[in-house]
Amino acid sequence: MKLSSAFRGSDLARNIAENIKKATRRRWNLMEFCGTHTVAIFRHGLRSMLPAGLNLVSGPGCPVCVTSRRDIDRILHLAGMPGVVTATYGDMMKVPGSGMSLAEKRARGADVRVVYSITDALEIARANPSARVIFVAVGFETTAPSTAAVIRAAALEGVDNFHVLSLHKVTPPVVGALIEGGTEVDGFICPGHVCSIIGSRPLEPIARDYGKPCVIAGFEPADVLQAILMLVRQLEDGRSEVEIEYTRGVRPEGNPNALAAMNEVFRKVTAEWRGIGEVEATGLKLRDEFASFDAERLIDREIVSEPDPPGCRCGEVLRGELAPTGCALFGAACTPENPVGPCMVSSEGSCATYYQYVGRQRT
Amino acid sequence: MCLAIPALIKEKDGTRAKADIGGAVREINLDIVDRPVEVGDYVLVHAGFAIHKLDEKEALETLELMRKVFGQ
Repeated sequence: MKLSSAFRGSDLARNIAENIKKATRRRWNLMEFCGTHTVAIFRHGLRSMLPAGLNLVSGPGCPVCVTSRRDIDRILHLAGMPGVVTATYGDMMKVPGSGMSLAEKRARGADVRVVYSITDALEIARANPSARVIFVAVGFETTAPSTAAVIRAAALEGVDNFHVLSLHKVTPPVVGALIEGGTEVDGFICPGHVCSIIGSRPLEPIARDYGKPCVIAGFEPADVLQAILMLVRQLEDGRSEVEIEYTRGVRPEGNPNALAAMNEVFRKVTAEWRGIGEVEATGLKLRDEFASFDAERLIDREIVSEPDPPGCRCGEVLRGELAPTGCALFGAACTPENPVGPCMVSSEGSCATYYQYVGRQRT
Repeated sequence: MCLAIPALIKEKDGTRAKADIGGAVREINLDIVDRPVEVGDYVLVHAGFAIHKLDEKEALETLELMRKVFGQ
């Protein structure tokens, strides 16, 4: 069978949407944490299928968007060092730092390469033994295990010119930080592929301690709608549980092999999230055994960053407090071609998604 | 960035495999997949790594659930 196309049928989506309308009696704010869900919701026009009382709020689930300006400046510092080849995922290229972006740094002569996978970066290191290859690792729990697996492989092989700047972040604690910060959300559509790795259990404190129901959702239109239906039923019944809609992709215990690789290579540290601030135990730093692969050790001076550009409201957008269209720069001074803030850069940033699907009109 | 795409394993050699991803065959890495996989299995692939063996039985059950009409 086709494991994804079966979930794309319009009859299926209409049936679930009808069930959502029947189930919804009160007004609810639901946050889709993950930028990949935001894209799916807009691409398939799911908002137009929901009753008026259901409001979807986009969350901070875009790894590029939540990377702090100081971390961008650290990348730019490393990329400017002699003999360094910087490799990263494409979305990082246009994020503005205090002075410029990686794309601009490359235009001025730095060797910056876009890769599809961290394995490509290791390959660049093998092929260029006289260069120092630095992989800029961004991403949540979906991505961090692949970084861990490659660092482990590089250690076994003894590739000594390969380094990783780990900007990886783990997600459940930041949901708690959002709730404590006052974001008004009744329930969470939780990221399916993050939970393929971590399972459903790390979300339990959100449902239990904060009373906010969580449903782990897949990325096809029927998945997202079904997750919304499950959240509405929980809320209308007065329940607060963690449920898995995406059962074909997520098991309650997660992926033990991926978790073991992450745990072997990384330890949790406090990380700075753009718009949210420092959140304890959400950063992943290379353990001492792998310190020779840690690109942080190559940073040879204090990095001082300028404050965010005036008028940029990415912070409020990332916290779910402001829709992108509520920012005065949106679609005027800030566009995907000429982004002011990171939410307009990444293909999964809330502002870029709104710009593509809603356009310049204000909603 | 958290998109993972279903892929069909076509060939397997240790922790490396060739997989059909939407019609294109790419090399993928099986180092961190959650359960043993064989040729003919579907996996979710993210950034070149298989991260989860897809469960066909679960997929069919979810579809069944979605086709149910609420209130019946």
